[in-house]
Amino acid sequence: MSRPDSFHPLARLLHWLMALAILAMLFVGVGMVATVSTRHQWLLAIHRPLGVTILLLALLRLGVRLRWRPPPLPSDMPTIMQWLAISSHWLLYALMIGMPLIGWAMLSAGGFPVMLGRSWHLPPILPANSALYAWLRLAHGVLAYLLFFTILGHMAAALYHGLIRRDGVLSSMTFHRLPRRRSPAPSTNTAPEAGDIGSPSQTDPPDSPGYGTPPL
Amino acid sequence: MLEPERTPPARSTWRWAVIAASVAVLLLLFGYTAGWLAPHRLTPQRIVDALQRNAGLHPGYRRNHAKGICVTGYFDSSGNASAYSRAIVFAPGRTPVVGRFAIPGGNPGAPDGGTPVRSLALRFDLANGQQWRTGMNNSPVFPVATPQSFYEQLVASRPDPATGHPDPLKLAAFYAAHPETGAFRAWAKETTPSSSYVTESYYGLDAFYLIDAGGKRHAVRWSAVPEAAAGASEMASATAPDVLAGDLQQRLANGPLRWRLMLTLAAPGDPTNDATRAWPPDRHIIDAGTLVIEHVQPQDNGPCRDINYDPTVLPDGIVVSDDPLLAARSAAYANSYLRRTSEHAGVPGATRVERQP
Repeated sequence: MSRPDSFHPLARLLHWLMALAILAMLFVGVGMVATVSTRHQWLLAIHRPLGVTILLLALLRLGVRLRWRPPPLPSDMPTIMQWLAISSHWLLYALMIGMPLIGWAMLSAGGFPVMLGRSWHLPPILPANSALYAWLRLAHGVLAYLLFFTILGHMAAALYHGLIRRDGVLSSMTFHRLPRRRSPAPSTNTAPEAGDIGSPSQTDPPDSPGYGTPPL
Repeated sequence: MLEPERTPPARSTWRWAVIAASVAVLLLLFGYTAGWLAPHRLTPQRIVDALQRNAGLHPGYRRNHAKGICVTGYFDSSGNASAYSRAIVFAPGRTPVVGRFAIPGGNPGAPDGGTPVRSLALRFDLANGQQWRTGMNNSPVFPVATPQSFYEQLVASRPDPATGHPDPLKLAAFYAAHPETGAFRAWAKETTPSSSYVTESYYGLDAFYLIDAGGKRHAVRWSAVPEAAAGASEMASATAPDVLAGDLQQRLANGPLRWRLMLTLAAPGDPTNDATRAWPPDRHIIDAGTLVIEHVQPQDNGPCRDINYDPTVLPDGIVVSDDPLLAARSAAYANSYLRRTSEHAGVPGATRVERQP
């Protein structure tokens, strides 16, 4: 299914779908609390169902990530960069799952019906409690900014890998038909995210196109 | 990745520039959307700041209609409106209600006689988990039609620090620039502040749409008309600053109080986006049922305290119209709700509520 040096195609699809959804969500969120125009209404109407969609996609994506481990990072990456890469990814997962849950909990604590459309609504996950509402609302706003700045860092790092280091990290998440590399020598890199299902690329024939071949 | 002969790192400046530009563009767009880079945009924060500036800071209280009292009861639907709206609140039957009577302004200690305006906010808790929230005033029209005008009115009516009263010249200039305030001002001029919440009619002000079972929209405004229209004594405002709460408690001690919930349907051409203009009186009016108020509680610990009466919280079968005030009310109420709940919760940065021993 997947190229050994790339994310599983489903993981790549989810990544780009969610990149769009989460960026849209962040803009909708900061926009709707900063306007009194009629945009406030339709932004709010997008915010809740989109949040639930992101929560479901994030849970699916977590499953995909655990089932098909991501390709290892280049071993010549400095330790601090590897640490940053790994921790920021888990932070992104925590926020992708946490933000919709906090929003849902916040509306529950505020006593609001969690309407997803005109008639569809979710049950409350917390009892009505205004103090809890205030804390969760604060968390929802602060973590939204944390998520935005983490995404900015993530994007900058991806471009750094793609444009400066040119180490294949960026292309492991992009879609392309042709194999990028036809290098004959086997890799001697060790994977920082050990525990991945083998290191199949080491056993690939030199000219293996990778794409579309079974991992083992 | 597992790439033995990696392309050597590139050092060209444009590559760094692409990275920096990508980050900068996203950051600027985000900053604009969030309002940091748009200081002239009217935000909910600016409206609530203006309310707070006019009335002074009263931590833990609503930033407008701060002085009020909680009530509970129910709505008995007649079923008459169910042909026009599929909301189950209009099917024959009973829906519990948590309400709040109040007077406008951000000062919870204001005297009742200082304004002729009285308000009634309601939250209907529908059996299917949906809610209908509405905030109504006893004036048939609102002074202004847009959030921008509302903000300008707040600025114009800011009390002069020297006198404690608004500058009459600034107010006059505002009214001259806003002839749409005429209908409200005429009503305010001829209305003696009532000494009872109970004898007042309350108007939803903004227009909405009812959605019937077939999905057809019907433009509507609603009002609550009291059964006890007479009996309010002319109030001596100077001697009875809290007459309204006392009157309500006294009357409820003698039994429940009732209002008819009336739905006025628009005729083609009636404005749905202008709360300063009343619809002609000959419109089709539906008597949707009876609002019954049974109990009263102080707002400091009553069930209405933690409710944001956001008029855009609507059940299936009612939707907002194109009235620009509705979105602004929703956004500003949310900001006020966040401020006062944060003050109660002791969130850092929020003004602390003085706790009674």
